[in-house]
Amino acid sequence: MISQILSLAFLAQTIRITVPYALASIGGVYSERGGVTNIALEGIILTGAFCTVVGTYYTGSPLVGILCGVSGGLLTALIHAVVSINIKADQIISGIAINLFAVGITKFVLEILFHSSSNSSRIVGLPHIPMGFIEHQPDVAHLLGNPMVLATIAIIIASQFIIFRTRFGLRLRAVGENPEAADTVGIKVNLYRYYGVMISGVLAGLSGAWLAFDQHSFTDGMSAGRGYIALAAMIVGKWNPLGAAAACLLFGFAESLQIQLQGGGLPTQFIQMIPYIATIIVLAGFIGKAVAPAADGVPYEKEK
Amino acid sequence: MRPEFENCRNTSSKEKLSWRGAPPFIRYYLVLLVALLPVSLGLQSCGKQQPSAPPNSEVGLVFDVGGRGDKSFNDAAYLGLQMAKDSLGIKYQYIEPGGGSDRESALRQLANKKSIGLIFGVGFIFTDDITNVAKDFPDKKFACIDYTYDSTKAVPSNLIPIEFREEEGSFLVGAIAGLMTKTGKVGFIGGMESPLIRKFQVGYQAGVKYVNPKAKVLVAYAGVTGEAFKNPAKGKELALSQYSQGADIIYHASGVTGLGVFEAAREMNKYAIGVDMDQWNEAPGHVLTSMVKKGNMAVYDIIKEWKQGKFKGGKPEIFGLRDDGVDFVYDKNNMPLIPKPVYDRVEQLKNEIIAGKIKVPAS
Repeated sequence: MISQILSLAFLAQTIRITVPYALASIGGVYSERGGVTNIALEGIILTGAFCTVVGTYYTGSPLVGILCGVSGGLLTALIHAVVSINIKADQIISGIAINLFAVGITKFVLEILFHSSSNSSRIVGLPHIPMGFIEHQPDVAHLLGNPMVLATIAIIIASQFIIFRTRFGLRLRAVGENPEAADTVGIKVNLYRYYGVMISGVLAGLSGAWLAFDQHSFTDGMSAGRGYIALAAMIVGKWNPLGAAAACLLFGFAESLQIQLQGGGLPTQFIQMIPYIATIIVLAGFIGKAVAPAADGVPYEKEK
Repeated sequence: MRPEFENCRNTSSKEKLSWRGAPPFIRYYLVLLVALLPVSLGLQSCGKQQPSAPPNSEVGLVFDVGGRGDKSFNDAAYLGLQMAKDSLGIKYQYIEPGGGSDRESALRQLANKKSIGLIFGVGFIFTDDITNVAKDFPDKKFACIDYTYDSTKAVPSNLIPIEFREEEGSFLVGAIAGLMTKTGKVGFIGGMESPLIRKFQVGYQAGVKYVNPKAKVLVAYAGVTGEAFKNPAKGKELALSQYSQGADIIYHASGVTGLGVFEAAREMNKYAIGVDMDQWNEAPGHVLTSMVKKGNMAVYDIIKEWKQGKFKGGKPEIFGLRDDGVDFVYDKNNMPLIPKPVYDRVEQLKNEIIAGKIKVPAS
């Protein structure tokens, strides 16, 4: 059993499960650092996956598919932005509404386009960069050569830099911590909040694109709660891109462990609890107090 | 203070005022309303209503979690409906429930329509719901595919539980896997862990061991709820994991989740065995065979009996190898993959099961 866990295949599996979590989770960091709670991630992932499949299916090009997926995610995020920033509605409710909306609309259009309310036709996958030395283990080779894996690593590192080392990041954090002060020094609070939510839409859309290419099709409800796990990872990671990515890796590891341990004599029901137990233990004990940005979830009312 | 200010400032645009000034709960309600619209549209668009049809002349059907287009179990039932439409001239309506709670209401919705006389529930998950609904609508007929029959509980006389001997078909594909594995390891991936799916697993294991006592069978389930039948991402990971542990053939009984198993077979260049319908097209060249469960025949047969006035409820109707209710696929597609001696041996086993010489365990 130990040899199973230390294998390359296990590592590859952990990374495959982690990628969609990490992308969405970092999206959440941008949105919440700017002061907008984004539980709509779940719906954005689903829309992103759906648009990716539709784009790829009709053009045959995965690149167009990714662009469609990202645009789909962006548009869904914009709904959340308008409702929470302009209309100033409760952001949790807007998020839940978008998640329900995404389930319904994808199923509805799926029925129209593919005559099935359960899954789409097969699409081509992302081409992978050949990795000669490991081609005898195709799943590992496909992962290492997958451009989206490399992109995800780049996004994690770049986000850490952008949020904590650039003027844009400083302003984004300012409107999330103390919008009045930011406003006083001339930062357009709502504009930066829009940026945050839009970036989260792009990243969660990418997360959906990953799921779509991994499955080579769209399946009804295929986001399967990943948006919520990503949100939990963001909190565990203390609204910090590197922390969020590390938390996603932990969740990915737990889920992968759950898959590997099956058939090893332990009852399935018990093994299936592992990821959730890991989540609770981490949330309850190991990370200490997680403090959200001070103005997270609070619409900004300009002083009159 | 703020609302008054806003009123003063915005008197010029009345519409904007009323929207902005509305109490928060109205805004939430509006947002939710808009969000739920496509959900209800999705449900409505499926039922094709013909208000002028004579009473009790149509067939209704409620799909399982996977829904139509799962290329498996639900599609088989749908095929049965279409066969009935083509050769018996029957009209039908169907509902694809979204979440778990809509099942019973979907059954009731169909039972409440005058034009519908016979209603199918597709999947063991309907067992309790359809029993209750059948009791409430004694003048309508019901049938439930994969009904979990319990001999200690009475089944209403207007309900036919349909059962298949999945273990017999699974035994045969297990024998194929056992004879053809090169690594001595084969896999099984189930959807929701349940007595029904265990029948597939136990029959498969028995088949593998019968022809190849030394072979090892890796077993995994995608989950413990109905959602486990529609999680292809999980199916793919489970399959990749079994392949990397040395399995070279994996049999799945997991609905849409199995589409992920086929993706894994493509990626690893290994074999998978389909279920319920011939799943060759999911990964041509990688689908060794499929354990077909003729849900279409069951649906068709029962519609036919019902139309001829021979509907007999109250006790289960069982479809096994003998009744041609289950089988394995051997046709021009997979013929090149299965050597002739393997096929001959499996045909021989099939005859022995039909003759009662081999007893296939079901649990």
